[in-house]
Amino acid sequence: MVETGLRLAKPELTLGKKIVGISWPLVFLILITAGLGLAVLYSVADGAVDTWVRAQSIRIGIGLVLMFAIALVDIRLFLRLAYVGYFGALILLIAVEVAGSIGMGAQRWLEIGGLRIQPSELMKVALVLALARYFHERSMEEVHKLRWLFIPVAMIAAPALLVIRQPDLGTALLLIFGGGVMFILAGVRLRVFAVVAVAVVGAIPFLWRSLRGYQRDRILTFLDPERDPLGAGYHIIQSKIALGAGGVFGRGFREGTQSQLNFLPESQTDFIFTTLAEEFGLVGGLGLLGLYTLMLALSVIIALRSRNHFGRLLALGLGATFFFYVFINIGMVTGLLPVVGVPLPLVSFGGTAMVTLLAGFGLMLSVHIHREVLIPRRLGGTFS
Amino acid sequence: MAEDSGRYKSFTRRALLIGGTQAALLAALSGRLYYLQVVRSDQYRMLADENRISLRLLAPPRGQILDRDGLVLATNQQNYRVLIIPEQTKLGDEEIEVSLARTLDALEPLIPISDRQRDRIVREVSRKRNFVPVTVVENLTWEEFSRVNVRSPDLPGVIPDVGETRFYPQGASLAHLVGYVALVSENDDTDDPLLTLPGFRIGRTGVERMSDLSLRGKAGASHVEVNAHGRVIRELERSEGQPGADLVLTLDSNLQQTTTARLGNESAGAVVMDIWSGDILAMASTPGFDPNAFNYGLAQDEWDRLVTDTRKPLTNKALSGQYPPGSAFKMIVSLAALEAGIVNPGHRVFCPGEVELGNQTFHCWKRGGHGDMTMTSATEQSCDVYFYDIARRTGIDKISEMAKRFGLGTTVDFGLGVERSGLVPSREWKLARTGERWQVGETLITGIGQGFVLTTPAQLAVMTAQIANGGLRVTPRLIKPADPVEEARVDGGLDVEADQDPRSLGISASAMAVIHGGMDAVVNNPRGTAYRSRITQAGFEMAGKTGTSQVRRITEAEREADRGVNEIPWAERDHAVFVGYAPISAPRYAISVVVEHGGGGASMAAPIAHDVMLEAQRLGAARDRRQAAEVDAPPEREG
Repeated sequence: MVETGLRLAKPELTLGKKIVGISWPLVFLILITAGLGLAVLYSVADGAVDTWVRAQSIRIGIGLVLMFAIALVDIRLFLRLAYVGYFGALILLIAVEVAGSIGMGAQRWLEIGGLRIQPSELMKVALVLALARYFHERSMEEVHKLRWLFIPVAMIAAPALLVIRQPDLGTALLLIFGGGVMFILAGVRLRVFAVVAVAVVGAIPFLWRSLRGYQRDRILTFLDPERDPLGAGYHIIQSKIALGAGGVFGRGFREGTQSQLNFLPESQTDFIFTTLAEEFGLVGGLGLLGLYTLMLALSVIIALRSRNHFGRLLALGLGATFFFYVFINIGMVTGLLPVVGVPLPLVSFGGTAMVTLLAGFGLMLSVHIHREVLIPRRLGGTFS
Repeated sequence: MAEDSGRYKSFTRRALLIGGTQAALLAALSGRLYYLQVVRSDQYRMLADENRISLRLLAPPRGQILDRDGLVLATNQQNYRVLIIPEQTKLGDEEIEVSLARTLDALEPLIPISDRQRDRIVREVSRKRNFVPVTVVENLTWEEFSRVNVRSPDLPGVIPDVGETRFYPQGASLAHLVGYVALVSENDDTDDPLLTLPGFRIGRTGVERMSDLSLRGKAGASHVEVNAHGRVIRELERSEGQPGADLVLTLDSNLQQTTTARLGNESAGAVVMDIWSGDILAMASTPGFDPNAFNYGLAQDEWDRLVTDTRKPLTNKALSGQYPPGSAFKMIVSLAALEAGIVNPGHRVFCPGEVELGNQTFHCWKRGGHGDMTMTSATEQSCDVYFYDIARRTGIDKISEMAKRFGLGTTVDFGLGVERSGLVPSREWKLARTGERWQVGETLITGIGQGFVLTTPAQLAVMTAQIANGGLRVTPRLIKPADPVEEARVDGGLDVEADQDPRSLGISASAMAVIHGGMDAVVNNPRGTAYRSRITQAGFEMAGKTGTSQVRRITEAEREADRGVNEIPWAERDHAVFVGYAPISAPRYAISVVVEHGGGGASMAAPIAHDVMLEAQRLGAARDRRQAAEVDAPPEREG
């Protein structure tokens, strides 16, 4: 047993060593970002704690506990549980389709014992886990063969289609992009992506026809916000006004007129970045972008330092999903991308997203802690 | 693990590729932020201010209109009303029409909204921009208003508001003169931003219209911060407007009430004025209407009734009613004859009841005639034959000239916009008008104030005032001068002989004395036509002249039938006229009364003048005593 020998060559990680091995800079960045989010929520609620701040703090607390718990768990357990988790999330997504409650004109939530959860959020982590395991178990030769790619494509397509049906275009895009990054990292030949890109462009007319009215509206409005300044274009126009009015140093905490006077819609969720950048200006906006950049840099470092392929794929896959959240959200509120419902990670008000994100960071921390653990392509045991 | 190292190399390359791409995209976001927050910042800052700052006009309180003693003729009352801002009623992507209808339906159980009001609201909403508030209902009771107030948080776009409404405590008696205010219509000049305020009213008639600009005041402005729903968060800046100026009229509202009451249900006009200052003390026109009703918006049928009423309640008859003066014109004829030296006061004419000229017969009102008449007795008994005679001798040119000298044929212009000029005929006028030459018969008819001559009650009052003050020009005025010195100068008259006065009309004192004597006799001699209407209270005696003017030519058959007034249809009856002044010992007030189709001047107009002139003198004496008391005892200082 070569694996066992190698494992024995390394001393077993004690709990104390694990705790010391946590990437504390990453934890620090997460706490600052979440704290900043709470401050903005406090401002948006006009100085009230009850509106959002309290609930959000509790979620952050729960998420942090979960994050640390996950971080300390042996990474091989996640490898074993990857497919189970994926199918669990998939079943929940189907359950939403069947019994989900209607909110904002879309079926997104599921009530379980008084808890309202968004399975599509869980799926973002579950998909990365499942793909990380799948590609961990493939050799380079296999990855270079198309027939080995059908299963992972199906793994992406199944939840993506379910989410589009809800309809939640933003999450579907996140799943597709996040999954796509896993393909790249796994070493799938780049020409395959070129073919897919051409196919997607060719499919645009058909996709267009399958979009719902409001989705088409959003894209058209993105292309020309003035098309409907009081309707669908309102969000983007008001968001740009708020950002511009913020200027370099912002209008001051709780002084952003666009946010405080409700010209800016959804300022506690999808448009929270606008409030931040209105009240703290370019300095605040770039500051938050800097925090995100550091977190992403750490995710790359963690990935590169991991000695097991599963951990590498997992850390960068999670980092990439996190990046797409950031990019789509800020691109949307600055008018670079169409309005799709994607929250700003760690900052926007929202329970499932916050907990899922922190759980994802827990996995990333776990990769970091267990970076020296070598995992064979085929892991023996009852979970495989 | 050789295989794994191959994977690792590939992964490292790809990881750096992914990381680099992410960095590039984040840099793009940073660039975008820089563009929005630095390059375009000024522009967006302006747009943000446009979003949040809203300019609200503050309506200044409209000036009050007061009578000469400070009694209120027009004032403002609180007006509880409900406004609606159409665009704020929208929920989601609703059409304005749908959301408006839904909101009105929701209001319906709280306050009464008639179908007519609903139509008006819909019309007004479609005409105005969607963020302009539109009045839903006004003049709500406190209970109705509170009901809406309580519910208004659930009714987006519904705004309970306290505005001002005009109130006329004197009601119908001053409806014509003070006028009324009404909502701004599309035709109004809308340069003043105040006119765009919902429910803003401007003077539509009378003094309200004439002095609208000074009564209106200047709009104030409030810069308020509003949220996205238009709700005001706080006031940023406020500039107070200028309240409308109060306006003091020369009217005595007590006398006005008496006069109106005395005219009663007749279709009539009457004017009482100060013969020295020209102050209009009363100017009544009946029937009237309730000016307050216009505030609340007159129903179509009420309006139709006012417009079609043959007694023309909307017309100010004192200024725009034009009537032949009848015998009240005879003083002018006498003066023309005397001043031209054509006859002397002792000139006698025998009245057989009619006189022939060519193939025409001119009748005296008294069948059988008056017999031997002098100028005084002819005035006293209003003998027509006497005046046919002196009119023929004097000629139309001199009569016209004298009539014009006393202001007839010239508009008594207060600036109210309804004043009419009446008509003093002349040869030139007739030629120009009809292309025919003046006939001597027409001079005779003019001699008794019939034919072409037309006068308004206001002109008759001015004419009488100028006779009463001995032939001085009087400019009637409706608005009390603010400057007391100016007032004293006019009130006290000038201490010069009448014929030296720059205001003199150039009438000799002897001629004036003859006229005064005649008018005294009319009222105070037992044979005078207005003897029954004489004022018996010492010191208050009145002089005057009756007039009865035909509205149509009387046929020979009718003359034979000699029907009583009540047998003739109303519209065919004669107009009753009376002009007079009092007190005879020291003239101060002049009056004119015209009752349309009132029958005889002596029987209808003179008794009214009697009551009004008695009251005018009583009120004047009381005011004099009051003012004397004020002068004697200056107000005590407090403390």
